[in-house]
Amino acid sequence: MRLSSSKHLTLLVLAAIILIAPFGFPSNFYYRIGSLIFVNGLAVTGLVILIGFAGQISLGHAGFAGIGAYACALAPQYLGLHPALAMLLGTALSAAIAWLIGRPILRLQGYYLAVATLGFGILVSMVLANEAPITGGPDGHEVPELGLRKLLETIGLDLSNAQFWYAFTGLFLLAGTWLALNLHDSPSGRALRALHDSEIAARTVGVDVTRYKLSAFVLSAVYASLSGSLLALMNKFITPDAAGFLHSIELVTMTVLGGAGSVPGAVAGAALLTMLPQVLTVLQDYEHMILGLIMMLVMIFMPSGLVPSLSRLLRGRT
Amino acid sequence: MPLLRVEGLGIDFGGLRAVDNVGFQVEPGEIVSVIGPNGAGKTTLFNMISGAYQPARGAVSLDGEIVTGMVPHLLARRGLSRTFQNLQIFQKMTVLENVMVGCHLQERASLLADLFSTPASRKRSAETRAAALKLLERVGLDCAADKEASSLSYGALKRLEIARALALEPRILLLDEPAAGCNAVETEEIDHLVADVAKSGVAILLVEHDMKLVMRISNHIVVLDRGEKIAEGRPGEVSRDPKVIEAYLGVQPKEAGGHALG
Repeated sequence: MRLSSSKHLTLLVLAAIILIAPFGFPSNFYYRIGSLIFVNGLAVTGLVILIGFAGQISLGHAGFAGIGAYACALAPQYLGLHPALAMLLGTALSAAIAWLIGRPILRLQGYYLAVATLGFGILVSMVLANEAPITGGPDGHEVPELGLRKLLETIGLDLSNAQFWYAFTGLFLLAGTWLALNLHDSPSGRALRALHDSEIAARTVGVDVTRYKLSAFVLSAVYASLSGSLLALMNKFITPDAAGFLHSIELVTMTVLGGAGSVPGAVAGAALLTMLPQVLTVLQDYEHMILGLIMMLVMIFMPSGLVPSLSRLLRGRT
Repeated sequence: MPLLRVEGLGIDFGGLRAVDNVGFQVEPGEIVSVIGPNGAGKTTLFNMISGAYQPARGAVSLDGEIVTGMVPHLLARRGLSRTFQNLQIFQKMTVLENVMVGCHLQERASLLADLFSTPASRKRSAETRAAALKLLERVGLDCAADKEASSLSYGALKRLEIARALALEPRILLLDEPAAGCNAVETEEIDHLVADVAKSGVAILLVEHDMKLVMRISNHIVVLDRGEKIAEGRPGEVSRDPKVIEAYLGVQPKEAGGHALG
């Protein structure tokens, strides 16, 4: 009862923030920052399931974002698919690839798993950069219009482009958060969190550890893929950077800063790391130094991440 | 037919025969204890029976089915459950959730149903919750249900592990030193709990150093020394066995005399 009410409260607060924030937006630019937070937040929510629930690391999840993004760029051109269907195709492809590579690499633990997933991410971004005749190479590739905004216009809902993407990505983030919160307190979620704490004890009570790790990996790949598709459709252009090593690291950093085990932490981590660089541009040359310093300070003073540490503080350290 | 039959079980660690040619049987509702000096191979034996180690020789059968070296989650499906000498608690989950994970097999979880929180998934969680609360009551931890497991005392964690193992509704329960590190009161609580579980028809295989506890509750005792079985029988017989006395005290039985283990 207590847990389910905290689930609804989290969703309600998130929905309220998404709805109310635009009233304070001075320009369209802020809608764009909001959309970027939601898109990153979606991928990070997937990583909360993988890293926070199941305790498995991945340094290559931008690879799945790249697959989702390029599916939206390439499938309409080569297969004549509608961008929405291309997004689904990308999701299915990411899930299938995650399932195939997850089987061998999830036997690895810790550093070894980190390096294996890192290799996968680099492989994807290399293929996207090198297959220039198909993907456009490092120069990128354009992505067709989703067309949903025009459709909404015909039924009388007139949104600017920035407003539409803010609302659309916000809905995806809400749905992703809802699913992750459901999972947390379900039989499958408990099995995942159990194998995180003690694999041998989880096996002993009958948890098929291999299958559950793979489920978490596939699920987080689906989140990353959808995030990549949304980014591509929103920008109407995509480069291999979306699948790059730096993006993977950024996603993991957001996960850990927000609080790896916490679903709302995913949004907080994504918001912090998406907004800070924008805010810090006023510092010009010192921007990256201050960003690095803030990240270090958060980890030193809030070792379990933003949301878990702050909520403990609010509850008075019980 | 015995519920658990162990025959000629053995394993080597780098040329050392850690356990060799050990065999015994456990019937439903019976408490069988494995005792022996430190390093006798008791925990190694447990790890082979529960699928954590692959035995090099011999066979384990559960209710007539050969299960030698089967992975732990498949043994769990066949009704074998265990606790650990060095606790294996899910530290970051609540006390109640720890026991709920023990109900994993009855839940028959489906990832999609759980993601969408379907009525079936919520019903399963509610049933599990009720069953887990009952088990916590049985081990006297119901008042700590919503606490994080890492906040419990050592003795309470020992009982929590037993509750989690019982959540599987096992036919046989392997307890690896359930009273180790517990004070006299806690030991007595565990004593009652184990006897109570056995009375409900569950077979129990126990490794324990507390000789008083072992002598009091065991139906049958297997004595290991240096990886081999040196004696087996009822508590009274075993405690008088010269070979057992020698293994424990390292002296000739004539000099040691009578009931060293009484």
